[in-house]
Amino acid sequence: MTAAPDQVSIKKRPGVPLIDGIDKVTGKARYTADLDHADALVGRIFRSPVSHADIIRLDVSKARALDGVVAVVTGDDCPHTYGVLPIAMNEYPLARGRVRYRGEPVAAVAAIDAETAERALNLIEFEVKELPAYYTSETARVPGAVLLHDNKPGNIERDVHSEFGDVRQGFAAADLVREEKFNCAEINHAQIEPHASLAEYDPATGRLMMQTVSQVGYYLHLMLAQCLEMDSSRIRVIKPFIGGGFGARVETLNFEIIAALLARASAGKVLMQLTREETFITHRARPQTDIKLKLGMRKDGRMNACECEVVQRGGAYAGYGIITILYAGALLQGIYDIPAVKYDGYRVYANLPPCGAMRGHGSVDMRHAFECLVDRMARELGLDPFAVRRANLLQAPTRTMNDLTVNSYGLAECLDKVERASGWHERIGRMPPGKGLGMACSHYVSGAAKPIHRTGEPHALVNLKLDFDGGVTALTGAADIGQGSSTMVAIAVAETLDISLDRIRVVSADTAITPKDNGAYSSRITFMVGNAAIDAAKNLKAVLVAAAAKKLEAKPEDIECAGEVFRVGKGDQSSLPFADVVAAALVDEGAITVKGSFTCPPEAQGGKHRGGAVGSTMGFSYAAQVVEVSIDDASGLVTVDKVWVALDCGHAINPLAVEGQIEGSVWMGMGQALCEETRYLEGLPAHASLLEYRMPTIAESPPIEVQIVESHDPYGPFGAKEASEGALAGFPPAMVNAIANAIGMDLNELPVTPDRVMDALIERRRKAKRNALKAAS
Amino acid sequence: MHAPGPPPKKRLLRLRLNGRWREDAVAERDLLVDYLRDVAHLTGVKTGCDGGECGACTVLVDGEAVPSCITLAVRCEGRDVETIEGLAAQGRLSRLQRAFHEKLGTQCGFCTPGMIMAAEALLRRIPNPSDQEIRTALSGNLCRCTGYVKIIESVHAAAESAS
Repeated sequence: MTAAPDQVSIKKRPGVPLIDGIDKVTGKARYTADLDHADALVGRIFRSPVSHADIIRLDVSKARALDGVVAVVTGDDCPHTYGVLPIAMNEYPLARGRVRYRGEPVAAVAAIDAETAERALNLIEFEVKELPAYYTSETARVPGAVLLHDNKPGNIERDVHSEFGDVRQGFAAADLVREEKFNCAEINHAQIEPHASLAEYDPATGRLMMQTVSQVGYYLHLMLAQCLEMDSSRIRVIKPFIGGGFGARVETLNFEIIAALLARASAGKVLMQLTREETFITHRARPQTDIKLKLGMRKDGRMNACECEVVQRGGAYAGYGIITILYAGALLQGIYDIPAVKYDGYRVYANLPPCGAMRGHGSVDMRHAFECLVDRMARELGLDPFAVRRANLLQAPTRTMNDLTVNSYGLAECLDKVERASGWHERIGRMPPGKGLGMACSHYVSGAAKPIHRTGEPHALVNLKLDFDGGVTALTGAADIGQGSSTMVAIAVAETLDISLDRIRVVSADTAITPKDNGAYSSRITFMVGNAAIDAAKNLKAVLVAAAAKKLEAKPEDIECAGEVFRVGKGDQSSLPFADVVAAALVDEGAITVKGSFTCPPEAQGGKHRGGAVGSTMGFSYAAQVVEVSIDDASGLVTVDKVWVALDCGHAINPLAVEGQIEGSVWMGMGQALCEETRYLEGLPAHASLLEYRMPTIAESPPIEVQIVESHDPYGPFGAKEASEGALAGFPPAMVNAIANAIGMDLNELPVTPDRVMDALIERRRKAKRNALKAAS
Repeated sequence: MHAPGPPPKKRLLRLRLNGRWREDAVAERDLLVDYLRDVAHLTGVKTGCDGGECGACTVLVDGEAVPSCITLAVRCEGRDVETIEGLAAQGRLSRLQRAFHEKLGTQCGFCTPGMIMAAEALLRRIPNPSDQEIRTALSGNLCRCTGYVKIIESVHAAAESAS
């Protein structure tokens, strides 16, 4: 099926608990490290102790000779690069010739136990010639800097330049033009499950089985075939339970390929469990970002023009870098109606662990800058922050200047809801000392409309199997990583067939069994896999209706099915229960398998301009939020007292899960805003534990009041859009705007740690003192 | 040829695990988390960090919530150790398990066993805790999915279902 506004009606369900929830609360759920590994070898990685160097000598002979060591692999064992975009795969699983960040994998061992593996690592001899290392975007771009990658002059992975509309004219027509610089620290996903892979190679059959934490098992499958030079049909990738992702596992990761190399070299099974420190070093998260933003506004709050420069410090390898820098520019649009938008983006290589995709991919830091500056300009013009946003709303359906389609748009309702719920107008300007309110808006894609691998296959596929037992098994490649996507698939099938949810089982993410799926990224599953599930269920329904018609000697178009009963017309006496219809359908045919698919139509896949595919989606989610803060001016500590958030997810297929996703994403935005920050000392991570990487605990996490807005997207499954990412980007600016409201200070750096607040307060006091002295003299 | 190190000295550990006494040979340096996962095969006990940071390994020792990843197994000699696997009596979910399931106090589920065990210790001590008491009791258990909102709701719901 391709997208068409052909909606299946859905009963309004209260929240449905996760279909795998009982396994999680009883401890039965098996995550990768919980799988049976009694007979597995222990894998360990030798990592570069320096940030940037040519490898002079790597000698693993002593390690290999250690009793209990079964295999040692190095860069010599894999001459193939891997990565995300086919044009930008510049990373070896194990370094070859050069190391580009401290902690980069260089060699790996498989041994009978952890102690032996670690002793073996200590026997590896590694000699290098160090090169200058660059830890900031600025130093990496200095003329004459040593290039991390020879084909990338200036250490720039990608620069992006676009202009839509006439920016100069826009600024000329504006009543107020302001430009500010913002700086957002690098952060990490910090999912609670550390990375792990269990790889098993059978030399007798030449088959490889990988059980691993991947959000993108099919991409991993393809990368394994490429890196191990194996026929793809000899590989199987299975996703066990996964302890969170948030983008951390949305690309093939080095340790996964290394585990497979070790399994093959040792002709057996290898468990590769990374420590928390190594999990941090594997990284692939949100880059440190510098933003220069200029906006033009009329007296009535209407925006005339936007000019934005973004510099991202991307780390040592490409990863998702090109996509991240494109997202930051593309998603300047699609939320407000701005007639002229200019963007310049620079993705810079540096000698640090590679960055990648993280929840709100590419859009979060840019949105932070944007919503802060809009607020400040509103204040200068004496306008209410809500009024300014309302002055710039889009009208759906529409197509933005950069060719993004907006088919549904519930932002106005989101604004109304949080304005009312927070008591904004009654409270703003009347807050007690040290307390403030701030607001901001945000949006995100419901799946990247153009897949990374352009194979011509459907963008999502779901198979359904119905057999003698009357159970419907949904086979989906979509990776449930805790967000509840398998539950969503079950609901979509149950609703479409109007059968009990208990009748459905979902088998997910096993490349030998489930149909190929692009994976859990860009919030694509509900929209794409949900639509495919509905399509499959409709196809199954047609089979069942035909069987019922034959049995009841009626025409298929006269058969009605509801609540597991098939009957002829309304009120007719002749009817069949579900079990009888299944039995009738199996006669002569046996087990029934059907499939359903979904593909974003070409017109939704973005513009023709370079990089125009990024940002394109079938549906944007929209969110508005109000944040209330208290600031202690003696310590600089910011406390978030409460959050009111409304998100337009089109339709809440499972309201309980939607609420959970919104709460989690707002909270993750809070972590970035308040305290999260990776720090490196000459390339050595100083944050690589869950104590030093400070994320909010339950003690400092506020109540989050969620309201769901349903704009009924014409193409979404039951009208649904994404709900997991859209609200994140609004939190940091809403909080910084609330701080400005509380203490009258505009802060331009994230995270807003107590020391940054104190520095600003002290600077303000000094300034006041200087001014007082000047006035007195 | 490099020889492996000498094998660690082991001793017999006797403890009551989820209501049943058992004896196992453990090394003096073995951590409780490794004993529970590798010897007793109770993999509901999770390792989320490099030691004492995240609370995913929380179990009850004599009714008190402790991080099993920084507790020596031999320290549990003669003591009563409870893990998530021991909470469901005859397959019936405990009040906290039911509440975390129904109220979505769990998303990815990795922190959940530790979170529920920490909450279990709290409810045994304070049957009807306030928000603040829940926040204090669970402040050593990190969750990256929920924003904690539904975890607090789940603990309240469990407390109410018992009264």
